Amino acid sequence: MSMESHRGVWIFLEQNHGEMAPVSWELAGAGRRIADKLDTELAGVLLGDNVEDLAKQAFAYGFDKVYLVEDGALKDYRNIPYTKAVSMLVEKYKPEIFLLGATTMGRDLAGAVATEVQTGLTADCTELEVEEDTRLLHAVRPTFGGKLMATIICDVLRPQMATVRPRVMAAPEQQEGRTGEIIREALPMKEEDIVVKVLGYIQENVKTANLDEAEIIVAGGKGIGEAKNFKLVEDLAEVLGGTVAASRAAVDAGWIGHEYQVGQTGVTVRPKIYIAIGISGAIQHLVGMQTSEVIIAINKDPEAPIFKTATYGIVGDLQEIVPALTEELRKRLAGESTTEGVEVASN
Amino acid sequence: MHVVVCIKQVPDTTEVRIDPKTNTLVRAGVPSIMNPYDIHAVEEAVRIKEQVGGKVTVITMGPPAAVQVLKEAVSLGADETVLVTDRVFAASDTFATSYVLASTIQKIAGSEPVDLIFAGKQAIDGDTAQTGPGIAQRMNLPLLTYVEKVRSIDVENKKIVVERRLEGSKQIVESTLPALLTVEKEINDVRYATLPNLIKAATHNPKAWDHTVIEADRTKVGLKGSPTRVGRSFVQQLTNEPGEIIEGTPQEAVVSLVDKLFAEGHLVADR
Ligand SMILES: Cc1cc2nc3c(=O)[nH]c(=O)nc-3n(C[C@H](O)[C@H](O)[C@H](O)COP(=O)(O)OP(=O)(O)OC[C@H]3O[C@@H](n4cnc5c(N)ncnc54)[C@H](O)[C@@H]3O)c2cc1C
Ligand SMILES: Nc1ncnc2c1ncn2[C@@H]1O[C@H](COP(=O)(O)O)[C@@H](O)[C@H]1O
Repeated sequence: MSMESHRGVWIFLEQNHGEMAPVSWELAGAGRRIADKLDTELAGVLLGDNVEDLAKQAFAYGFDKVYLVEDGALKDYRNIPYTKAVSMLVEKYKPEIFLLGATTMGRDLAGAVATEVQTGLTADCTELEVEEDTRLLHAVRPTFGGKLMATIICDVLRPQMATVRPRVMAAPEQQEGRTGEIIREALPMKEEDIVVKVLGYIQENVKTANLDEAEIIVAGGKGIGEAKNFKLVEDLAEVLGGTVAASRAAVDAGWIGHEYQVGQTGVTVRPKIYIAIGISGAIQHLVGMQTSEVIIAINKDPEAPIFKTATYGIVGDLQEIVPALTEELRKRLAGESTTEGVEVASN
Repeated sequence: MHVVVCIKQVPDTTEVRIDPKTNTLVRAGVPSIMNPYDIHAVEEAVRIKEQVGGKVTVITMGPPAAVQVLKEAVSLGADETVLVTDRVFAASDTFATSYVLASTIQKIAGSEPVDLIFAGKQAIDGDTAQTGPGIAQRMNLPLLTYVEKVRSIDVENKKIVVERRLEGSKQIVESTLPALLTVEKEINDVRYATLPNLIKAATHNPKAWDHTVIEADRTKVGLKGSPTRVGRSFVQQLTNEPGEIIEGTPQEAVVSLVDKLFAEGHLVADR
């Protein structure tokens, strides 16, 4: 494959019924930086029904061009027509780098497109770098449950494709009045040829909103041990007037719903106080809470990485520490003195 | 209804540790397990067989030791298994792996048509979620990822209706069969293996196929057939000030922590 024939950095502009996935704008910053380094253009790929307005927004976020495919058949995301349209664009306009958000849509689409256009794909990256002379993309991703980071490269095929985790990069500022070029293409298939039909949606009350805004968060991890022990976390949260949250391991164990997960694949939080109970402090958890004002860690393992990020740590068994802490706070917040008779300032 | 399930043997990543001195993965003594999502894929295939009749064939690409997960699949109710194993497959990335698995399914379909293919949402060693989409695309089949529920299967008209997980909602879709589904853990609760199935599993001997059996092109598998390469791997660390460990008995530590929170104004009493 001739590498010189492929130029330009592309980003899939993921929209759902007219609403942009934030990750697309988050990617704009990294995309712009890479495109500038390679002295090439930054282009967006936008598919949907009546979505041209979003192309204009893309220019404000730093895109030079938007490849736009509008068709009634693209109103709802379906793998078949999206793969067909995106593969057609890639084969016709030959980008050298193509990035998508690692959302359900982005991962579904990327896997199919990479296979169709026959190139390498790196999933779920958290960092992107590019080598100027070789023009190689270095896509950094966690493996082995996040315990190890690996840099993946694709040196013989183009485009170099990667999906990038939402919320690991910051969206750039919008530049009002910035414009660019729209290149239109038609969907190369008809509705009759699409064997998958969307029958409807089930909307869910996503409870993430309170976590985003919570001032005090008490989070439980795998160290909680079993579902009924989550009560310890809830009791402490209640005394503090805070919200409960969890690590992915606790969510995977089924002790609490997805919507309470803090971290790279969950919610990013920034409360005044974050209490991590039985959480080891894997990097994917830390990136979601490290900017909290005060971090308190309770863990029986003195070597747990969470202690490196915590403002205060207590080494010990959570079964002992947490009830004691809850009780102490109950008294002190009510203005009573401690069990040991220490005088408390009350207002 | 002939259902094929793709399963992978993975190291139990919760047991994998990093050697703090060398910053490398310690895999010694780490148990190998069936990828947790794939267990639910096998369970769903078996439930569908129980409901509409048919057969479940489970396949895995891996080293000879991967026979273990195939036996486990039999204990869960699978009928036939195939171990796709060959030195030339070593170091395959998801692009090459999906080629091997698609070739295997095509071979199986040659003697007995396949109506439905299951894969897990992702494998926990790499978390890529690319193999399922890769197989579907290579076989030109409709792809339904992140399935949380199979609502109905119409054997006669060859149709399936499923619920797929999206961010904040679920999508209800209908597809023609054959189709490829990747599943979430929510799709079912895995039942205990029955005694007859356990006995069957104990004596079960999977078929072992190499690249010649599945008629795979040698240049499209293994390192040669893999467009991605792993460069550097490392342990990521945050660089910030280590915090203060509060010493003492649990009660002392708790009191001293609460003192600090009040003294620094992070908490104030109600009255
Ligand atoms: C792509 C990717 C994305 C991810 N996204 C996220 C994410 O968004 N959020 C997230 O949290 N994780 C995420 N992870 C997973 C992450 O890598 C860790 O596996 C996870 O955070 C570990 O959760 P944990 O700390 O609760 O469990 P563990 O790592 O198992 O830690 C449990 C801790 O509890 C302690 N403990 C045990 N018993 C007691 C006791 N009785 N008293 C006190 N302490 C005790 C142990 O010492 C240990 O430190 C992701 C991984 C990957 C690969
Ligand atoms: N070597 C393999 N053999 C059989 N199935 C596999 C293999 N690798 C991946 N799969 C299937 O593809 C799914 C997703 O894997 P991955 O793309 O590696 O995250 C797994 O849950 C399996 O169902």
